[in-house]
Amino acid sequence: MASGVGRSASVLRAFVSNFSLRTLSNEHFLSGLRCVSCLHKRGYSTPAPTVRAQYGGRHTVTLMAGDGVGPELMGHVKQVFRYAGVPVDFEEIRLDREHNDSEAFRQALLAVKRNGTALKGSVETGIDSPTGSLNAQLRTELDLFASVIKVQSIPGVQTRHDNIDVVIIRENTEGEYSNLEHENVPGVVESLKIITAAKSTRIARYAFNYAVEHGRKKVTAVHKANIMKLGDGLFLECCRKVSEEFPQIEFESMIIDNCSMQMVSRPQQFDVMVLPNLYGNIVGNIAAGLTGGQGVVPGMNIGENYAIFESGTRNSGRSIAGKDIANPAAMLLASADLLEHIGLKSHSELIRDAVIKVIVEDKIHTPDLGGQATTVQVVQAVIGHVREKTKQWYSHVH
Amino acid sequence: MESAMRIFRSRGVSKLTHQLLKRCLHSSTVARMAITPRSEPVSHPEGKQRVTLVPGDGVGPEIMSSVQAVFTDAGVPVEFEEFHISEVNPKMNAKHDDVINSFLTNGVGLKGIIATPTHFKGGVLQTLNMRLRKEMDLYANVVHVKSLPGVRTRHNNLDFLIIREQTEGEYSALEHESVSGVVESLKIITREKSRRIAKFAFDYATKHGRSKVTAVHKANIMKLGDGLFLECCQEISELYPKIQFESMIIDNCCMQLVSNPYQFDVMVMPNLYGNIVDNLAAGLVGGAGVVAGESYSQDVAVFQPGARHSFAQAMGRDIANPTAMILSACNMLKHMHLEYHSKLIEDALLRVIKAGKVLTPDMNGFSTMSDFTNAIVHQLHS
Repeated sequence: MASGVGRSASVLRAFVSNFSLRTLSNEHFLSGLRCVSCLHKRGYSTPAPTVRAQYGGRHTVTLMAGDGVGPELMGHVKQVFRYAGVPVDFEEIRLDREHNDSEAFRQALLAVKRNGTALKGSVETGIDSPTGSLNAQLRTELDLFASVIKVQSIPGVQTRHDNIDVVIIRENTEGEYSNLEHENVPGVVESLKIITAAKSTRIARYAFNYAVEHGRKKVTAVHKANIMKLGDGLFLECCRKVSEEFPQIEFESMIIDNCSMQMVSRPQQFDVMVLPNLYGNIVGNIAAGLTGGQGVVPGMNIGENYAIFESGTRNSGRSIAGKDIANPAAMLLASADLLEHIGLKSHSELIRDAVIKVIVEDKIHTPDLGGQATTVQVVQAVIGHVREKTKQWYSHVH
Repeated sequence: MESAMRIFRSRGVSKLTHQLLKRCLHSSTVARMAITPRSEPVSHPEGKQRVTLVPGDGVGPEIMSSVQAVFTDAGVPVEFEEFHISEVNPKMNAKHDDVINSFLTNGVGLKGIIATPTHFKGGVLQTLNMRLRKEMDLYANVVHVKSLPGVRTRHNNLDFLIIREQTEGEYSALEHESVSGVVESLKIITREKSRRIAKFAFDYATKHGRSKVTAVHKANIMKLGDGLFLECCQEISELYPKIQFESMIIDNCCMQLVSNPYQFDVMVMPNLYGNIVDNLAAGLVGGAGVVAGESYSQDVAVFQPGARHSFAQAMGRDIANPTAMILSACNMLKHMHLEYHSKLIEDALLRVIKAGKVLTPDMNGFSTMSDFTNAIVHQLHS
């Protein structure tokens, strides 16, 4: 590499001196091109900007329906978008049980790299799958380091706890999900859990910034540093260091086992939580269960350049697929989060308000919330609210 | 429904049956809604969306009135905010900032052609068009070259897109006379903008189901400048494995366009080449009067004819061809989610051209622009 740079630098000099003679051979031409690129690489080191496919106010977003109830829910999202006049076009990519080879995965990866954002249903992974979970692979490849799940109690939905309002921020790319497992001796398996200072600091900083931006007061780091003194210890240490940069935000730490108990006995004490990968997965599901289950909790995976939006608990819901009883709220709320992320704030609010109104005021509930309405009924009710609002929207233009 | 329930309630029907009734009534409305077609219409037409309108010079104002007549008759829920700006006759100009603000708040605009004088009288080098593009950052221009059935030309069934970078390159407005009698004009090519236009081209191709992108350049002479442009296109193409990527030198490209234009699908090129190729291609399918174009920034889309001629010599003679502007306006409606109206107008226009009875002189007809417009309006109703 070093000799390559040296060579092209000397070629550049020759290039400049030959310039007036206009006697450049083809070889010179090619090296000249390389010069341009290496000059550039040395010259600028600004981070790549967030990727978008936005032209004339219209966006292209990747849509991966996934398995189970994914395809039907995506159909509903598209319909609601159409009625809300959302300037979003979907590029649909198939990544599911039937399309799970490396080529399909590569297409999906490139599609997100092109458009920057994606709405995604969960892809099922067989236990015997040689590649591991495609969902996890996608997050790792795109470096979507932060998974954010907002869990809030919904007025009108009967649960054991009220007034829960927790944001769970989970490190998404390392920890137990390293895919590094081996059998040293027959009968002995080692699974590697990786914790690095760089990634722990990054997720901690994201959590504190999130708390500041969204007016939150407290960040709780969850760990198991009493047993994994070095690994989880490092995570905790990084969180503590970052917390010193944010004196206005209260910081505390809690051990995962205690945290799970507190979560089901007194969940109101939590505000923003930051966790390594596996704990985040578990606590996220506990919290979702407390407020009404996977049908109502949206989730997002955020990286520096890309973002993927999906339902919070990431289950495909195969058992209820095709029965018209899945709760569309989570996916609709995830799509509203997506719209907010790409800057379509008013459309985002329109859809979010409509969904909440249907659940809280109209009380049109699917069976998972103890109601008897079908998915289509809920979606039609949402569309009803959307139509009313869009009428007001465009008539104020007069 | 409510009154029916009240009757039941007053007759003392048990709570259970009441709930059952409520449910079955509810589901019956849902069933009825499910029967209605799912594809259209969107719930817009209650109010009007506002669009910035700049008629431009030459025949622009006449053509715009033709477009507005068609819009009114088609009942398009669009309201125009009109601004007159000109470089030839700047006395009546609207305030520049007002125009820019209007474009930015509405996000959509319909624009005629603003003519640019060729002689330099001192002052700024940047033309009004360049200024508008720069300030709104309208970096991508798309011209859809499509043969219209009924317009007789040497090539039939052409259908390709020309995408042009229009904020840098030769249009930098950086020219100076170093020594008297020696002028240097700077052509600027940057990595950032080249990558941006390349990505635009590939995204546009993906969205519109196209299969090939051709980058047009002159990297054999401008090895660094156009070389960088070409390299950026190459890099971006790797993100789009399903779209074929080719490159072609501009001189060869021009020859290929007039001898075998069918080989092209989407073309992407720097500023000046784009300008030339846009006009060349417009000539292939019937001239400046029939080719639509559109310019994009991240947030604003401006629709205008694809070949930019103000046609000042025809001003007031009622012979200009409004087809390009009407097609642009249809593309605008599509962009605003008003697909229904867009299709309505486009179909009427194409039917009139195909029938070949009422055509303007540039399409080998003998009718005036007003007759042509009336024919379209008449078609809307039939």
